[in-house]
Amino acid sequence: MTPGTMLSRTVVVGAGQAAVALIAKLRALDPDRRITLIGDEPVVPYQRPPLSKDYLKGELPADGLSLRPRDWFEGQGIELRLGRSAIAIDRAAKTLCLDDGAVVGYDHLALCLGSEPRRLPAAVGGSLAGVYVLRRRADADALRPALAGASRVLIVGGGYVGLEVAAVVSGAGRTVTVLEAAPRILHRVAAEPTSDYFRELHRRNGVRLLEGIGLVALSGQDRVARAILSDGSELPVDLVLVGIGTAPVVELAARAGLAVENGIAVDDRCRTSDPSIVAAGDCTSVPHAGGRIRLESVQNAIAQGETAASTLCGRESPYRPKPWFWSNQYDVRLQIAGLSTGYDATLVRPGKRPGSQSVWYFRRSSLIAVDAINEPATYMVGRKLIEADITPAEAHLTDPGFLLNSLIRW
Amino acid sequence: MANVTWTPEGRAEMVAEMRDGRTLVAAAVSHAVPGICGACGSALACATCHVAVAEAWLAATGRPGPDEDAMLDMVEAGRPPNSRLRCQIRAHAALGGLLLHGPVSAP
Ligand SMILES: Cc1cc2nc3c(=O)[nH]c(=O)nc-3n(C[C@H](O)[C@H](O)[C@H](O)COP(=O)(O)OP(=O)(O)OC[C@H]3O[C@@H](n4cnc5c(N)ncnc54)[C@H](O)[C@@H]3O)c2cc1C
Ligand code: FES
Repeated sequence: MTPGTMLSRTVVVGAGQAAVALIAKLRALDPDRRITLIGDEPVVPYQRPPLSKDYLKGELPADGLSLRPRDWFEGQGIELRLGRSAIAIDRAAKTLCLDDGAVVGYDHLALCLGSEPRRLPAAVGGSLAGVYVLRRRADADALRPALAGASRVLIVGGGYVGLEVAAVVSGAGRTVTVLEAAPRILHRVAAEPTSDYFRELHRRNGVRLLEGIGLVALSGQDRVARAILSDGSELPVDLVLVGIGTAPVVELAARAGLAVENGIAVDDRCRTSDPSIVAAGDCTSVPHAGGRIRLESVQNAIAQGETAASTLCGRESPYRPKPWFWSNQYDVRLQIAGLSTGYDATLVRPGKRPGSQSVWYFRRSSLIAVDAINEPATYMVGRKLIEADITPAEAHLTDPGFLLNSLIRW
Repeated sequence: MANVTWTPEGRAEMVAEMRDGRTLVAAAVSHAVPGICGACGSALACATCHVAVAEAWLAATGRPGPDEDAMLDMVEAGRPPNSRLRCQIRAHAALGGLLLHGPVSAP
């Protein structure tokens, strides 16, 4: 057998969290298959969560971000093409065109393209110097030194990334303002009690939160100097971080005619509308509660990556999301179990120590998610209860003395 | 610097050198020890780094902190006393020769 002609070749595009999970599983299931990984960033795949946490603080070295050392890829027989972007898929010919003109043939293709931060349009000052986004390591490497010289920082968007950055940069004589156009911070991802908790936390740490106020424009000569707000006021600024959400990377798939619906549409086996192509991670939308949902988390990227690998090996096992997520701000640890999307009721359970509490989310009287703040045990109980489809009684939840783990059948 | 020996499930043992201050998860990942993913990157959010530490090493690895302790209580039924989350164990000279067995469970 001539190598390369008989062996099936899988090409993975996008070298991030989902791609590494996919490749590791694929290699474990099939030691022989040819695997090529193509990624447009010049570095080995890395973890993004620390970019707004320890890495931004300078407490984690760059090599501590890597998901695998470079020689792991070699050891696994994976052809690595970094710093290369895929620009077109020819589904009929089963080839991929790269930005250096190379044409790569595939038997199976896996799209793990991630998401892109939404940017402010240039017309409202989005391309002025001093305006940043945070998605890639290169963004964090540019942001960190710029922050050192900035005394008036504006963060546009009160989601997790924006609030984490606010926590890292506050203090040190800086004025930090977070602007949230919606009525409250974290409105898209959490219920009011959790927003209230983090509002208080940031206020105590000297961060100014402006909620229900939008950004009209940024202005300045060659670099950003002022922000004009929807209430008519103006804010002097040295540096602006735009954290207004992300959009799935779908152009490559859309141009190739794959079904796209708020992300590359995949089924519960991570199959796209083309039987030779799977997709995983932030770039996809998955079936959920009769519709589709897009999940942006490490948990989802890993689980979908592994599901896609099983599918490629003909060992299909459906992906049932068991979401978990976390956020660290100051000395507060938020851990989230489940998915709160579509909740119709919430309940707050007091915590065991000062500054701890948990928020329980229900839909049609069933437990769907828990936000645990400085309550790791409650977080773990929440995960187990949601997985086992157990909804504790309200009286038990609101009684801090009731041992929730007594409800779990091991 | 400490040398730690892993015996991943069903595979030959591996020796990994750990730089002081790095966690056992970071060391396992940088040496590509199979089966260890440390999904949350040592943020104490996933418990996928759960391990049983051989009894003789408990003194050198130290006791779990309160948050780790609370999570371990919920990782498995009848938690044994040598249960730890690898991402909370940091390398130092006294860990030289530490023996670790494959993943106990990945919740
Ligand atoms: C600052 C920050 C903090 C976060 N914090 C948390 C957290 O605390 N907890 C949590 O669970 N999640 C967190 N997330 C989200 C998490 O990092 C993502 O959900 C995860 O990285 C998704 O993995 P992925 O593989 O789908 O995409 P990515 O990791 O983004 O990888 C996609 C890769 O594909 C590349 N690519 C795209 N198009 C092409 C192309 N045409 N050719 C070649 N390469 C291409 C991209 O450049 C990128 O390198 C955070 C994200 C950010 C940015
Ligand atoms: S790596 Fe996630 S808890 Fe240890």
